[in-house]
Amino acid sequence: MDNLARKNSDGKETLLFDLSQTTVRDMNQFLHHNLDKSNVSNIRIIHPDGAHSIAVGLEVPVNIEIEGHAGYFCAGMNKQANVTIKGNVGWSVAENIMSGMVRVKGYASECAGASGHGGTLIIERDASLRCGISMKGVDIIVGGSVGNFSAFMAQAGHLVVCGDAGDGLGDSIYEAIIYVRGKIKSLGADARIEPLTDEDHKVLAKLLALAGFKHDTKEFKRVASARQLYHWNADANQEY
Amino acid sequence: MCGIVGLLIKNPAMRDELGELMLPMLIGMTERGPDSAGLAVFGDRISKGKVKFNLFATSADFDWNLFEKAFDSHFGSIADLTIKGRHAVLSTTVIWESVRDWLVHSYRRELTILCVGSSMDIYKDIGTPGQVAERYGFKNLHGSHVVGHTRMATESAVTPQHAHPFTAGHDFCLVHNGSLSNPNSIRRKLEPLGIHFDTDNDTEAACRYLEWRLREGDTLEQAVQSGFEEQDGFYTFLMGTENKLALVRDAFACKPAVVAENDDYVAISSEFRSLARLPDIKNARLFEPAPEELYVWTI
Repeated sequence: MDNLARKNSDGKETLLFDLSQTTVRDMNQFLHHNLDKSNVSNIRIIHPDGAHSIAVGLEVPVNIEIEGHAGYFCAGMNKQANVTIKGNVGWSVAENIMSGMVRVKGYASECAGASGHGGTLIIERDASLRCGISMKGVDIIVGGSVGNFSAFMAQAGHLVVCGDAGDGLGDSIYEAIIYVRGKIKSLGADARIEPLTDEDHKVLAKLLALAGFKHDTKEFKRVASARQLYHWNADANQEY
Repeated sequence: MCGIVGLLIKNPAMRDELGELMLPMLIGMTERGPDSAGLAVFGDRISKGKVKFNLFATSADFDWNLFEKAFDSHFGSIADLTIKGRHAVLSTTVIWESVRDWLVHSYRRELTILCVGSSMDIYKDIGTPGQVAERYGFKNLHGSHVVGHTRMATESAVTPQHAHPFTAGHDFCLVHNGSLSNPNSIRRKLEPLGIHFDTDNDTEAACRYLEWRLREGDTLEQAVQSGFEEQDGFYTFLMGTENKLALVRDAFACKPAVVAENDDYVAISSEFRSLARLPDIKNARLFEPAPEELYVWTI
């Protein structure tokens, strides 16, 4: 491997991967097969240059910092790891995240956090279309706005949007909860705006604090399922 | 899947480097489109009163010398021919319709007309983007803007004619990432109007539709707006005209695009990784174009 190891004050090691020298495949193989046997607690990845599949499928608690823009599927299927991308990400960042935390300092493209089961995804700027599509328990906190069709068929977890939301927000949503601070261009089928409960304020405050976003929870609207699509209604004549 | 790339050089001092700057972008999209590649490059306008045809020979054995003589004897005018393998640029003062009719009548099987106009050249062929670039010397191209494409065919054959860019009219081209579900109904609408199709490719339908709208007097915005109604499917379209690059994504933004802009250039690609080698990309303004919004850059 072309990686450089450095001893930290706590006796653990920091590794450096330069993706202009090492392939993503070689790096990921190390992360999958050797990391848990090593003394490494921190990893820096430089020159990502939009490469796909950086740090996918991690299963150990490790801190990873990516210095630049990453491509598709970055930190997908993440378990336990704490991944920070100091740039933008392409499609499907933290797709199917199970646990741990993924933080994007820049913008995220489409399908951020898609089908995520757990853990936390923080996007400091905007997220594009279909953010949190089919989310199943992940908490997604977006500092900016989200694009159209976000939280489509979202089943569980929370989507916090500090900016605006695009068309069709929460279309066919199940039990996930969305909090939006700005404007909602339009709601999807079966999504409705509801008042925040005391519990909502607590959950939202915790999520905002986790992300480091300083907003008053009173500024947010809650969007959740009207549960009208849960049961087949033959009288609806296909109109919802 | 396919890859699209576009580059418009704002800083005139960098226009000699157009090919060199664009080449890593095109090759960077090889995984999205490994079976064919092509580009339209907009360079210097040819002198007034002239028109140029970009021609592609069906066979590598095509005799360009014989073609040149046939042209001279038919029109009584000397053909100005620049040949790169199976590709040639024919510049002439002869009225363009006469040349087109003669080419179609005499060389229907041997030659494909890639484009007609005064500032655009088109190169497209089968092979990886790297191979096609090498074959036609993409690295040495210069000009103000370029529209490029790497193809992974999903709906029609892999031939040089089916590669992108497609063109219609003069100095207009279009590349496409996506697939249209109603190219045949668009075609059935246009053919009775006398609009001829060269291939069964879905992108050609979009290209000819939009050029038809422009010829009918629509602005680019109006043409694209009517395309939203008429074209059914997924698409990111990148279009080139003599002095513009234009980009549009379908309502669902199903196909990707990313734009990088600074004082020197505007660069467009399907994915950021093919922009990563551009000079000073770290300080460029990066953004993802919104669905159903037309982005236009003028040289």
